[in-house]
Amino acid sequence: MAKVLMNGNSAIGEAAIRAGCQCYFGYPITPQNELTEYMAANLSRRQGCSFVQAESEVSAINMVYGASVAGVRTMTSSSSPGISLKQEGISYLSACELPAVIVNMSRGGPGLGSISAAQSDYFQATRGGGHGDYRNIVLAPSSVQELADFTHSAFSLAEEYHMPVIVLGDGMLGQMVEPVEFKHEVPNELPVREDALRGANSRASRIVKTFTSKPVELEEINWSLFRRYQLIKKKETVCETFMVDDAQLIVAAFGIAARIAKGAIKTARSNGLKVGLLRPISLWPFPSQVVQELAKKTKQFLVFEMNMGQMMEDVQLALEGNGQVSFYGRPGGVIPTPSEFLRVITRYYYQKGLK
Amino acid sequence: MMEKAYTRPRFLKRKTFHYCPGCGHSIVHRLLCELFDEMNIQDKAIGIPPPGCSVFAYDYLDVDMVESAHGRGAAVATGIKRAYPQAVVFTYQGDGDLAAIGTAETIHAANRGERITAIFINNAVYGMTGGQMAPTTLLTQKTTTTPYGRDDRIEGHPIRMSEIVALTRGSVYIERTAVNSPVNIRKTKKAIRRAFETQIEDLGFSLVEILSPCPTNWKMNPMESWQWVDSVMIQEFPLGVIKDTVRTTDAD
Repeated sequence: MAKVLMNGNSAIGEAAIRAGCQCYFGYPITPQNELTEYMAANLSRRQGCSFVQAESEVSAINMVYGASVAGVRTMTSSSSPGISLKQEGISYLSACELPAVIVNMSRGGPGLGSISAAQSDYFQATRGGGHGDYRNIVLAPSSVQELADFTHSAFSLAEEYHMPVIVLGDGMLGQMVEPVEFKHEVPNELPVREDALRGANSRASRIVKTFTSKPVELEEINWSLFRRYQLIKKKETVCETFMVDDAQLIVAAFGIAARIAKGAIKTARSNGLKVGLLRPISLWPFPSQVVQELAKKTKQFLVFEMNMGQMMEDVQLALEGNGQVSFYGRPGGVIPTPSEFLRVITRYYYQKGLK
Repeated sequence: MMEKAYTRPRFLKRKTFHYCPGCGHSIVHRLLCELFDEMNIQDKAIGIPPPGCSVFAYDYLDVDMVESAHGRGAAVATGIKRAYPQAVVFTYQGDGDLAAIGTAETIHAANRGERITAIFINNAVYGMTGGQMAPTTLLTQKTTTTPYGRDDRIEGHPIRMSEIVALTRGSVYIERTAVNSPVNIRKTKKAIRRAFETQIEDLGFSLVEILSPCPTNWKMNPMESWQWVDSVMIQEFPLGVIKDTVRTTDAD
């Protein structure tokens, strides 16, 4: 189909409907309200589908849990403070191996914070966020097109690996309007998972649970989850590299910060500075191997985030000391400009004596 | 040859109950299993047990069941019912679950008129965690967190959750019963039947509050605890139909 102009939040909604999302549960919070409103307008009256404005984010994620148990494609969305409230449900979804898509159009924190775009939920998204040992696949788009594409693939990944998938955007991506092409049509039939709970009709009754009074049983559940996570690390690590082949300095950034960085890097290149970009697309699993490969050519890494240095720790972990990592960040909802970051790159480049 | 008057319910799994002697859970479990059979709904029932003593309800009830986070039963039930409206969805919740941590979920599911049924076990105490104060703990009742007896100036009053839920316009059928005598047990079964009918007939939210003995945490023997339901609990939580917007006749 032809490209249409759309804001990022609405594009997520349209992509979700085209991915066969049957149930959406939300609660208003800025800056992601266009998504909830899009689902109210376009999903709530669709045959066989359901939209509920829940009484809280806690309820919304538990409704997602229920709908996922019943075997349908389901999602919720929120922004940082609301995502904190959803952590209980995300832990239960992970424990019970239930697919779900959770969109975080993140904003400045901590606390009530600001409604402006920020990236300070990186730790929360990539480390599990709720209680217990678990991971979620985390996808970080940097354009409205990617918001649509990654939302679609989030549903497939969630179902393939039986786990929640987080789309980690930010308030700026949600609000900005860009051309977007939807590459999938709305499915004729809404998919229902084989393992759904739909009553013990011509089969034995089923139980979905994790609680056990025997720690060794729970240990085995943890082992089994982590075996799956190892597989995901092998198969689903995604990243973009840009002008890295001859780069003496690698800028690492994700999401909207990567887009700002790319603009700065293009100008730096035209100024003769050999700078490249590493953009992790899957934040978990993190592209550690790509970082290690890049470290064979240069030791200089500059991490750029709209937070106080969260992904920076993953870059450091990946390097295992085999490289020098510096950081430039703007937390709290401040959105830096490409020219601001260009000054940072240029200063750093010459301070390190790079040629 | 004598006629067989009673048999084990078909949909009660063959496992020995872990509940304490005199506990009401096993009675309510048995009633549910009888109704799955009598109402022919075992193949579409989905139950949601809570954290607590009855988390193991899935070991006994032979229907599809899914564990819920503490208090979130009504939200989980909403999700299931919205995704698959043909199911007969019920939560099984204690007083802490439904009337403390899950108050918001319960009231709003009722207000939306979700076609779900809440089985609300009120035993005036947190059972599995060892006998702490519940929102329904009675005044002067001693628990491990009201060691001097519940004082309304410090710990507030026992909450009448069924009456609160009845104020929501989406709730259709609400009754309070008890399982401390054969007569009350029969009334409880009838109430649960009506609650399920309310859901199946697509009328709205239904709830049955069941006063249920907890001899272990009440520090009584089973006989004393059954009597305590009559002499103390029912005075605070009167039995009967609290709301029935469809039928004008009383339960009995």
